[in-house]
Amino acid sequence: MSNAGPQLEERPKIQERRKTEERPGIGSRILQSRPFWPLAGLGLLLGYCFFFDPGFFDIAIRDGNLHGPILSIVRFAVMVMFIAIGMTLVISTGGVDLSVGSVMAVVGALVATLAVKYQLSGPALLGAAAGAALVIGLFNGSLIAYAGVQPIIATLIMMVLGRGVALAITGGIPLSVQDPLVLFMGKGHFLGLPVQIVLVLAFFALASLACRKTAAGLFIESVGDNETASRLSGINARGIKLLVYVFSAICAAVAALVYIGDVGRVEPDQLGLLLELDAITAVVVGGTVLTGGRFTLLGSLIGALLIQTLTTVLIRAGMPSDVAPVPKALVIITVCLMQSPKLRGQFAGLFGGFRRTTT
Amino acid sequence: MSEVLLQMRGVSKGFRGVQALQKVDFTLRAGEIHALMGENGAGKSTLIKVLTGVHPRDSGEIFLLGKKISPQSPREAEETGISTVYQEINLIPELSVAENIMIGRQPRRLGMIDWKALNSRARGALKRLDLDIDPSRPVSSYSLAIQQMVSIARALDVNAKMLILDEPTSSLDEKEVAELFKLMRNLRDKGLGLVFVTHFLDQVYAVTDRITVLRNGELVGEYPTAELPKLDLVARMLGRDPVAAEHTPERIAAAAGTSAAKPLLKVRQLGRKGAIEPLDFEIARGEVVGLAGLLGSGRTETARLIAGADRRTSGSIEIDGHPAALSSPAAAINLGIAFLSEDRKKEGIIPTLSVRENLILAMQAKRGVLRQLPARKQEELAAHYIKALRIKTPSAETPIQNLSGGNQQKVLLARWLCLQPKLIILDEPTRGIDVGAKAEIEKLVESLRQEGMAVLFISSELEEVVRTSQRVVVLRDHRKVGELGGPELSEHQIMKMIASHE
Repeated sequence: MSNAGPQLEERPKIQERRKTEERPGIGSRILQSRPFWPLAGLGLLLGYCFFFDPGFFDIAIRDGNLHGPILSIVRFAVMVMFIAIGMTLVISTGGVDLSVGSVMAVVGALVATLAVKYQLSGPALLGAAAGAALVIGLFNGSLIAYAGVQPIIATLIMMVLGRGVALAITGGIPLSVQDPLVLFMGKGHFLGLPVQIVLVLAFFALASLACRKTAAGLFIESVGDNETASRLSGINARGIKLLVYVFSAICAAVAALVYIGDVGRVEPDQLGLLLELDAITAVVVGGTVLTGGRFTLLGSLIGALLIQTLTTVLIRAGMPSDVAPVPKALVIITVCLMQSPKLRGQFAGLFGGFRRTTT
Repeated sequence: MSEVLLQMRGVSKGFRGVQALQKVDFTLRAGEIHALMGENGAGKSTLIKVLTGVHPRDSGEIFLLGKKISPQSPREAEETGISTVYQEINLIPELSVAENIMIGRQPRRLGMIDWKALNSRARGALKRLDLDIDPSRPVSSYSLAIQQMVSIARALDVNAKMLILDEPTSSLDEKEVAELFKLMRNLRDKGLGLVFVTHFLDQVYAVTDRITVLRNGELVGEYPTAELPKLDLVARMLGRDPVAAEHTPERIAAAAGTSAAKPLLKVRQLGRKGAIEPLDFEIARGEVVGLAGLLGSGRTETARLIAGADRRTSGSIEIDGHPAALSSPAAAINLGIAFLSEDRKKEGIIPTLSVRENLILAMQAKRGVLRQLPARKQEELAAHYIKALRIKTPSAETPIQNLSGGNQQKVLLARWLCLQPKLIILDEPTRGIDVGAKAEIEKLVESLRQEGMAVLFISSELEEVVRTSQRVVVLRDHRKVGELGGPELSEHQIMKMIASHE
């Protein structure tokens, strides 16, 4: 009975939409796309730097490699980007992964210990990192997909547990890492570009292809949007969930390798600390909704960049790093508000002469 | 005639343009048990919610003992003497029986809870119901029936004049039901008025004095239970004239000519504990078999077992002569079984995905995650079905949530049809969609049948079931009570079966 109402109301709306949607202005189409607002924020920041911060865009060539503030922003953002790629898929299924920071600590502790105490070679270290990520991802994923534990609880357990395991592995002391392969991942250059930037772009490209050239992306969005209906349509919803948590852990492992390669040491109580929050923020600012469904990997990368650029700009402008989170929070709120369909619709209406008729 | 306790006159209530109650009258007398009957969406629960102050009414008047009342909240209703016991037992299991009875109105002394008074008042409340249990023990240590009675004790503690029991028996076994009925009769004899909402027909005849039937938000009538044969009750609930229904209008479906054919689906002793008692039936290729029965009779439960959505606990299913495990929806789909579920919103659409994505979802799931349907093929399929089923949508890329109910339903139908299943299960495919789309779906079912598909058709509308099916399996209270086909198949016969005693 209650079905009759919305149906009656929807009819005229559809016709109205048809009229407008067949030829939306190019402007409105851009305004409607998900990565637009974080990109706009980024542009605004860079514009500010262009006028008020000479030297921001300087790029120098040292030892045949590129250096400069822009590149350091990207380098700092890389860690969050890796994690955000995995986090995007997890959030798209309607979940969240709080354990990524601890995964980084476990992987870092393991790799450093194996390198220092057992003198394992580079490829063996990468294998160990992948193995650890797989175990943790499977643990998270099975708790969530098969035991029905809430994602936030399951990964919270792993967040606490993982940090403890990392401290136990190293005995709580920082270790330095001198393995050439790991150092190359963090500090090396490839075709003049920092290897870590090349790696994150390659990772992003691979993840995008895997999602869009197979049905994985569709299934992930479908499970996040309506799990019951997806299951009834024949999708292995549990398998999909398991997969995204394993992938998220692997992303965190790569982030850990790149980071310890860059700084050359592992502090298990600090490595990856609170990084899950930055990653979640990057994903949300990038345009993927926390309740699941449609996702955009590109948006998440832009989100990670936006947050790091903002931090850098504030610090370069002389703001004490303790106070920096305040304006950061304001910007994040603004971007999120801009993404809400309601506000976005009104904005799009202002700019493109296009009125969204549905809410 | 005994004293009139409660009178509702011309009560109307609408929700966002849907008229849930239309000028409904309802009268309850002191010392009677009054059944409130009707199918899903008839307005039973709305009527109760208006009466207990959950929803404000749009118009109409309510009199309790001749005094006009207008309760604004369940609490206010309770204070005026209207108490309610809901379907789910909402007691706090860890607290004692006495605490549960007195919760929210604990007697106090010097600002502290007066435990002595609390226990003695609780004991008094239990005694009035002839319930011999220890009020200091936790509620969870007693059976569901006792817990239900504790809720009643709680409801009656405030000088209740009438008691509403909303589906109180749905989680009780036979013996417990008998105990509850004893208690209800006991209360009636003490002069209370009881409103009993249930969908178990036998229980209505076992315990009530009078029946009020609602349908589509309107009053059908009020009848003394003894003067309303069960068949007439079913007919009134379904909005059919028991006499006229004897002559079934034109049937779309051809007479069963396939009885000799080897069955595609063969179900033996199929059952699931607590959902459906073991039952047998068969469907042949090119045959539409209807599942008829009242709400809660086990139709959807049966469908879900065949669709792999729930696991069976007994029996076997054969497809084309081969035993089928059907351990998941994916397994059923691989065997050529499609299931259009009843709840479009919860179990059907993926709201933010496009019409195209919703349409190809099951086919893609069947192909597996690695073999993505080429974009061209996806667009072709979407374009084909949008045209073939006349789906009204601005484009294939519109999110499905922007479509009307009927058009969403057609997209979901297309999701299954593009798999070219051997058997399609349609659970209430026409619910909540407009008349035009309804007729189109009925016609579609017939053409699928002619193409040789087997169809299991579930509908609450008897007329529709009879019109589209060759045979009808009739369910009542979670078990199969019969099967009708050929010349026997008519609305009248189905209603007779639903109403019959064992």
